[in-house]
Amino acid sequence: MNRALRLIRRRLIASIPVLAIVVLGTFFLLEAAPGDAVDAYAASLGGDAGLSADLRAQWGLDQSVWGRLAAYLYALAHLDFGRSVIFSRPNLDVILERLPNTLLLMGSATALSFGLGSLLGIWAGAKPGSLRDRLLSVGSLAIYAVPGFWLGLVLIVIFAVQLRWLPLSGIETIASSKEGFARAGDIALHLILPVGALGLIYLALYLRMMRAGMTEVWRTDYVLAARARGLPRRRIVLRHVARNALTPLVTMLGVQSAAMLGGSVVIESVFSIPGLGRLAQESVAGRDTSLLLGIILISAVVVILINLIVDLAYALLDPRVGASEVQS
Amino acid sequence: MPPLSLNRRSFIAGSSVLLASTALPTIGFAQAVQKGGRLIVAADSEPRNLNPAIVASNGVFFIASKVIEPLAEASYEGEDGLAPRLATSWEGSDDGLSVTFKLRENVKWHDGSAFSSNDVAFSALNVWKPLQNLGRTIFKDLEAVETPDATTAIFRFSRPTPFQLIRNALPVVSSVLPKHIYETGDIANNPANIQLVGTGPFKFAEYKPGEYYRLTRNEDYWGDDTPYLDEIIYRVLPDRGAAASALEAEEIQLAAFSMVPLADLDRISKVEGIEVISKGYEALTYQLVVEINHRRKELADLKVRQAIAHAIDRDFVVKTIFLGYAETATGPVPKNDPQFYTGDVATYPFDVAKANALLDEAGYPRNADGIRFSLKLLPAPYFNETRQFGDYLRQALATVGIEAELVNNDAAAHQKAVYTDHAFDLAIAPTVFRGDPAISTTILVQSGIPDGVPFSNQGGYKNTELDALIDKAASELDETKRTELYKEFQKLVATDLPLINVADWGFITVARTSVKNVANNPRWAVSNWADTWIET
Repeated sequence: MNRALRLIRRRLIASIPVLAIVVLGTFFLLEAAPGDAVDAYAASLGGDAGLSADLRAQWGLDQSVWGRLAAYLYALAHLDFGRSVIFSRPNLDVILERLPNTLLLMGSATALSFGLGSLLGIWAGAKPGSLRDRLLSVGSLAIYAVPGFWLGLVLIVIFAVQLRWLPLSGIETIASSKEGFARAGDIALHLILPVGALGLIYLALYLRMMRAGMTEVWRTDYVLAARARGLPRRRIVLRHVARNALTPLVTMLGVQSAAMLGGSVVIESVFSIPGLGRLAQESVAGRDTSLLLGIILISAVVVILINLIVDLAYALLDPRVGASEVQS
Repeated sequence: MPPLSLNRRSFIAGSSVLLASTALPTIGFAQAVQKGGRLIVAADSEPRNLNPAIVASNGVFFIASKVIEPLAEASYEGEDGLAPRLATSWEGSDDGLSVTFKLRENVKWHDGSAFSSNDVAFSALNVWKPLQNLGRTIFKDLEAVETPDATTAIFRFSRPTPFQLIRNALPVVSSVLPKHIYETGDIANNPANIQLVGTGPFKFAEYKPGEYYRLTRNEDYWGDDTPYLDEIIYRVLPDRGAAASALEAEEIQLAAFSMVPLADLDRISKVEGIEVISKGYEALTYQLVVEINHRRKELADLKVRQAIAHAIDRDFVVKTIFLGYAETATGPVPKNDPQFYTGDVATYPFDVAKANALLDEAGYPRNADGIRFSLKLLPAPYFNETRQFGDYLRQALATVGIEAELVNNDAAAHQKAVYTDHAFDLAIAPTVFRGDPAISTTILVQSGIPDGVPFSNQGGYKNTELDALIDKAASELDETKRTELYKEFQKLVATDLPLINVADWGFITVARTSVKNVANNPRWAVSNWADTWIET
């Protein structure tokens, strides 16, 4: 386990410059966008010149770029994420309120696409070239080619509007005062459609990767040897072929969970789920720099953590991984 | 009771009669009000500050008007188009220096304290005049508010202020706040700006960011019997397509402010139990306006502006972009305004040949590519219709040899480009006519407005005659004369074209037919909904 601990330490140290680049990059990118928070607000407001000036002073937007950056970094060093100008509440409260929704959505969708995708991939890869293999490949590619919002809307029209089996949107029944298991069940019911939409799209990725990995492994000498020894086919598929084809999928899992954090903006909007993706979009539209920085920082931390877990899982699956890194 | 007496013979006479007899009970006659129930409506935004006394905007009123009431509300049948709310009567003095409000008795705030003239005085002097987006202009000369007794408030102005203007502005600018909650601390950061406390028919119960607002029935409301509903829930649905499907799935019962896109109306109007209502927005008419940067030498030429006005087919815009849910415009006051509108102005019928002739006359001949000159066109991003009109205008200008480059920005970038940086030649704005030209209309063409004022003349237009007219009307106390001056104003704007008014539109409400008393005043979506009820 010493190997794992050192890996964690190395990764944590390496993440500090990453976070710094993320903060500065975001700050200047949003700075380069024309218009500020008051301009965005004024669009819904009208009013006279004095009003805009008053609001800029109130929101601290009358200082220079460097002054604002310095103030933000100073506060951040004290673990103060600042106040959101579009919500007029502390950024951390706003973000933490929504983080669980996004993690729940992202986690369930990842589990669905990874679990179902690799299982179907094994099934398809067990007999490459068979009819079921071809059907699965074509079917999964077709779904992968569909835009997320469209798939979401189609699912809504079929299951929520026409059949009325499932709730249309939201994370739970509004103002229902449900508690405990009833509430968990309610949330699960609300998650079926968005998780389905998000998970189905990424399913193809895992399915095809698993299948491709397995066709590779089928050709290797040790599989040939296993077959020559007369091992049962089932055992060859699971123990020899599938297991060795699984490692690249774990890498993909790490990369993909980061992508899903962003990919959920669309699904969150279509299904009206108050998550981080929608919040990020609102903060860009409202030019709320400190809120966006907070979201990006916290997302970056989540991604770094996920990658760390993936690396650890990788090290467990394959003893060669990490060894060289520790030696150097 | 059936509305028609039908004997057996007429009953079997034809299927059309049968159809009529089954359809009538839902549309025919007044029904008994049913109390109770929960109304769920779609909301597309969550205002950062929900206080209507500070932020007088439709997004805020949509929710806050049920909780915090104005002195008077717009009305179809009331005198001067007003119905009393917290004030029961209002009277302006002849010298224009004071307005006396008689206030309603036995009104309680939601926390149980009594409402009095002190609350009105506090709101006017400490909130409307110094902080409110519209009040800063309308109450700029308000000097003092006297409160001789608990139900009288006398507004004193330092300069003559037309009573007609104050009256027309009342529904929008006069939301009354509880003094005892706001008198200590910073008004702009008071927690009650979200957790509203008012006198209205509904109390503010709960806000779950990103999910919903919940209002509950105020048992102590001053109105007889009202409110009828137990609860109103505003469900946050940010996606444009979401409201329509939510209505169909009966997850919401009403979507106001055209939250169901115009393109969906035809389909959804055929769904049983859903109706499309275009009434109830007469006092919040939006205007589709082409803003012009007069700093461009070509556009400073009246002939070029006339040519552009002739190049626009207003009927086509109304039919194709607004799908008929709009009215062509002749000038800066919409046709549906009962007090000020005049159609007796210079008009610019669609005439490509004339537009081309005007441009030739102005000395901008077509070059070898058929182009006279190029322009930068910035459509405001707030509505589908403003963006679509941008596409249309580009094509319309191309037919007369003007090449327009479309620049699409998001809200913040558009505001800055047009109203601060003046980095546009033509822009498309959705301005609002608020019942009196002095509230937010004259500012669109008046000169001398500092940079950065949203929805104002930032095109560098200056016309001393028009400025003088605006100033004169601003202090004219006689209502007939004042109205005449604004008719003059419309004529002058239509003649000199500081900007081009294309169309005026109201929003569309889509509701389940079970929701009753919808759209029964000209600001319905932003009024208090005390008499709204649901049939079960």
